[in-house]
Amino acid sequence: MDFDFTPEDEAFRAEVRDFIKKHLPKKYTPEELARWHTEARARRYVGFAWPKEVGGGGGTISQQVILKEEMARAHAPPLGVCFMGLAWVGPSIIEYGTEEQKQKFIPDILDGKYQWCTGYSEPGSGSDLAALSTRAVRDGDDYVVNGQKIWTSIAMWSKWIILLVRTDASSESKHEGITCVLVPMDTPGITVRPIRNMAGGAMFAEVFFDNVRVPVENRLGEEGQGWKVTVSALAHERSSIAEVAGLQRSLEELRVLARRSKKNGRPAAQDPGVRRRIARADARIEAMRLNGLRFLTRQLKGEPVGPETSVNKLHRAGLEVELGELALEIEGAAGVLDKDAAPERGKWQRMALSWPEVVIGGGTPNIQRNIIAERILGLPKDP
Amino acid sequence: MNFGFTEEQDLLRSEVRKFLDENCPLETVRKITEDPNGGGFSRDLWQHIADLGWLGLTLPELHGGAGLGFVDLVVVLEETGRSLFPSPLVSHTLAAHAIRRFGSAKQHSRWLPRLVDGSAIGTVALAEEDAAPGPEGVRLAGRSAGKQLTLTGEKWFVGDAAAADLIVVAFRKGKSQELGLAVVERGAEGLAARDLPGIDLTKRLGRVALDRVKLARDAVLPKGNAAAIAHLFDVGALAVTAEGVGAAEAALRLTAGYAKQRVQFGRPIGSFQAVKHPLAEAYVDVQSFQSLVYYAAWCADHGRKDLPLAVSRAKAYASEALPRIGIDAIQLHGGIGYTWEYDAQLFLKRAKWLRAAFGDADWHYERVAALGGL
Repeated sequence: MDFDFTPEDEAFRAEVRDFIKKHLPKKYTPEELARWHTEARARRYVGFAWPKEVGGGGGTISQQVILKEEMARAHAPPLGVCFMGLAWVGPSIIEYGTEEQKQKFIPDILDGKYQWCTGYSEPGSGSDLAALSTRAVRDGDDYVVNGQKIWTSIAMWSKWIILLVRTDASSESKHEGITCVLVPMDTPGITVRPIRNMAGGAMFAEVFFDNVRVPVENRLGEEGQGWKVTVSALAHERSSIAEVAGLQRSLEELRVLARRSKKNGRPAAQDPGVRRRIARADARIEAMRLNGLRFLTRQLKGEPVGPETSVNKLHRAGLEVELGELALEIEGAAGVLDKDAAPERGKWQRMALSWPEVVIGGGTPNIQRNIIAERILGLPKDP
Repeated sequence: MNFGFTEEQDLLRSEVRKFLDENCPLETVRKITEDPNGGGFSRDLWQHIADLGWLGLTLPELHGGAGLGFVDLVVVLEETGRSLFPSPLVSHTLAAHAIRRFGSAKQHSRWLPRLVDGSAIGTVALAEEDAAPGPEGVRLAGRSAGKQLTLTGEKWFVGDAAAADLIVVAFRKGKSQELGLAVVERGAEGLAARDLPGIDLTKRLGRVALDRVKLARDAVLPKGNAAAIAHLFDVGALAVTAEGVGAAEAALRLTAGYAKQRVQFGRPIGSFQAVKHPLAEAYVDVQSFQSLVYYAAWCADHGRKDLPLAVSRAKAYASEALPRIGIDAIQLHGGIGYTWEYDAQLFLKRAKWLRAAFGDADWHYERVAALGGL
């Protein structure tokens, strides 16, 4: 057991810190962010885990962890601007795409030329994603797509969508007969209707498909293999190291808030309930960090990391809710004010109203519990 | 970066598990602990584990020990916890650790070989009647008279008090109220140690009364000060939490196994989410405080300054989670879980015992808050 990194890895950490010191934007103006992106691209920090042949950084697993950790610690803006492209569309194309698809899409994702969105969930298939019913019928060299997607983040600003459709409704298992296609969002027959969330913003949308024609060459992977493409894409996020750094920062800010605030007329930092809840969150964030390092060790040894990562997803879900709740409780009556009227210009109100993005997106906590119970503890499936 | 065990550690684990499975399954645990005249543990097994080297695991080779570290100790304790192995191993290890770390070379030669070969059983007597953890809770009076030290007072919640041959006692001395540690041997005049009835029969807790017990100066550990006492609490909390990891895993496996087999409403109850989800939560908790325990053990081995914080995170988490796991184990079993003859109750009792030992969740969370700058 050894919690220290190798000298080579530490040298890489020093390099990343040096980069951050030199290039971290003072203000997040569009020009400064563009410069940050250009510099990060030049160092191949964008798509750092991807193979060098496709323009990625070819970074080792431990270097990826160090890079994420240092970026989160420095509050740095994201590396790259095509969020979903970098998170899973790119990795899926690298794994399942044709040469033409790789050449067409990967450089643009790395350069952040435009956004991708993800058409997975439907009104009738959320947690039960494989029950999706958007249909694609082959007609010559095209698929004709009809149906509806929902909770599609940034659909209104995206140029492309990675879309799961049902090409064979007769197959016995609902996981078969699903196909993955890549579709330009300006194709005739696509309508996007933004949905306003409870925080007041509109980041996601409904997307309607009415006889949308998609050339067969835009299929990713084989027909009927869409589920496999999706599962491997979602498995690309693993050890949760970056999330831990983000939570550590939120907790530190919460401690500052507690030291500054009064709760029911007394200093909040002296309230035993507040102290205990902060300590509880502290222990859970540390447990997440260490669990992540255990997963990382497995990956370094070349062993697969599977359903165990649901452990940290559950911790994260709990913590995202708890930290926002605790902050508002510390703020007391002022906690129900918003924007400039609220303490710290409404920062904690935003957190307390936006946790569903990470808690529900990517699988609800109850789905994570099912994964642990069935795939780790071996309990029978729910019929 | 390597958050894993060595091959030697894996081997150690499988040897310990094999020994306990063969020699002390839960049926035997019950026999040993329910025997009214048995003293709560088996002298035969004690000698056996001494011969296997468990008693000297972290002690220097010079005195017959294996010279290993806390990570290795955690490997053994996870297994003794999994089997609810009834023995003074934890108390004994703490006493030996105290003598090794805070005693002189002469004291090492005097006591450690007996502790390694099992001919003497050791324990530590730190807390008193109010059970306040840490050096603050120590009030037992030490008085110097010439070349002698006299100890008067009472120690409570002393692990394996009745069985102990060597008791490391924490005391306060003189006007300065300076803290110290002294080794009191069985048979000393004025010493009375007895075990108290407890809910967890696999763990013995007792009371040690000292009535003007006279000790020669060389019974005092030269480095035994307030920091030493605080350290012993940390190591104690670490050791019992390591046992808690094994016990929690065993309780979880037992309950998950039952949920797979027990059929109600025409299907195994483990297929109901109302059963699945508490078991999944138990898994999350066990994995998590296990990670915290491993890291704390590594901190102890490497003299890291954040050992107290690491220990408190682990002990607080475990003290909160383990009783919940124990209660869920009983509830998910239903009526059978409430019976004496079924094993689920044994784990619930260990959970309750662990919660209070070496500082409860409140105490450790408060320390996490304070160390975190609140």
